[in-house]
Amino acid sequence: MIRETPSPAHGYPGRLLIFEGLDGSGKSTNARLLGKWLYARGYRVFFTEWNSSELVSDTIRRGKKKGLLTPTTFCLLHATDFADRFERHILPPLRAGYVVICDRYAYTAFARDAARGCDPHWVRNIYSFAPRADRTFYFQVPVSVTLHRKLASRQKISYYEAGMDMKLSDDIVVCFEKFQSRLKHEYDRLAVSDKFTVIDGDRPLEAVQTQIRKEIRPLLDGFPTVESLIHDG
Amino acid sequence: MTGKTYGTPLPGMPKAHFTGKLIVIEGADGSGRTTEAGLLKEWLEISGHAVVDTGLRRSTLVSEQIDQAKQGHTLGATTLALFYSVDFADQLENKIVPALAAGSTVLADRYIYTLMARAIARGASREWAEQLYEFALIPDLVVLLDARPDILLHRSIMKYGSLDYWESGMDLCLSPDRFESFFLYQERLRREFGWMRKSYGFRVIDANRNPAQVHVDVKRAVAPLYGSTKKRGHPRGGERPEPKEPTSPMPSAASE
Repeated sequence: MIRETPSPAHGYPGRLLIFEGLDGSGKSTNARLLGKWLYARGYRVFFTEWNSSELVSDTIRRGKKKGLLTPTTFCLLHATDFADRFERHILPPLRAGYVVICDRYAYTAFARDAARGCDPHWVRNIYSFAPRADRTFYFQVPVSVTLHRKLASRQKISYYEAGMDMKLSDDIVVCFEKFQSRLKHEYDRLAVSDKFTVIDGDRPLEAVQTQIRKEIRPLLDGFPTVESLIHDG
Repeated sequence: MTGKTYGTPLPGMPKAHFTGKLIVIEGADGSGRTTEAGLLKEWLEISGHAVVDTGLRRSTLVSEQIDQAKQGHTLGATTLALFYSVDFADQLENKIVPALAAGSTVLADRYIYTLMARAIARGASREWAEQLYEFALIPDLVVLLDARPDILLHRSIMKYGSLDYWESGMDLCLSPDRFESFFLYQERLRREFGWMRKSYGFRVIDANRNPAQVHVDVKRAVAPLYGSTKKRGHPRGGERPEPKEPTSPMPSAASE
């Protein structure tokens, strides 16, 4: 029987791949495309997104709508949401030997909470239950590009996404640019301290996807596909 | 109170001293906590102090959602611990701090200590739990009502007619037998309160006795906060007799 070699990053038999970046950086699209490719190649793949815990997301939605959130409760609620997602959807497949693809991970919280003035050490401690990833892809794009993508797709800019709670400007577009610049600054720092694989997201989608697939290959050396598990098991 | 916190304060917290006082009553379910908090509130109000109650799961933000989550018994230990921290932070920012700034006495029926003990009993490390709650204000006084597990057991049965799922720590799967699980879980919590009582300076009161006796000790612990040094004195230091019947004395009985 083929046995998965435990990941050197976290010790579980699965593989943990993280996609981080600003809204509109292309990380979600690329995460999905990579997942499809891995699945088609016969790997066991599990895909999870930010804000996906049903119960907690409800609270977050309600809190956001009524403007009840402070930087602290914003941080702790998202940590709760992440913990639920982690305990339910990330850890079990990781232990079962899946390739777990996360569209946003704890780093999203590190960037947002720091941009809102929470103590970074305090936030790190809260998320210390989250293991290191085998690879973190950071989609780096200028804020002007994400804003352009956002406006071109006619998506509505949300209050918290624009950091309107930080009162950086009364104009939502100006506030969005300012707040997203802060986030980018935090991500850029994390990219160094946490050794992200930086992807230039301001390129054609196909080129980006090809690069990611190339980057992934070595991680899957000897990693069993479903087929190999059935035949050799 | 000084307005000091155990660690880095939250963003946006006022740095000034507060004129109000923060009194915490801690203890297991069945230790008489709620009864004593009620008696203490009555006593403080009669002597002219505005009292704001607080406790766990009372935030406008998430209390209902926590209740809902507990019904389904589906949240993991870390998730539940963090959910409670939201509830606490929301109350601290929106209720406790404003009340203290306005000069009220905030009477907390449980505080971060129960939350830490529960999280640690469910596998969290002490360091994690302590750092999570380092933003909490250091209370002026923490009273720990300490009662033996067999006493807690009897009070629990008398009160609810059964042992509560969560107070028995059934989610920990220590034993499929609720009676046994109750003892194992309460033992764990007691162990955590054991180290906390030293490092956080709890005032421990023997809660194996009846409420009136415990109330006397609680008052004795609280009185110095209001400048009275008399052992059995009123918080204002007056000569008024203490209410004989501790269960809800009429305010008029003690009016000037």
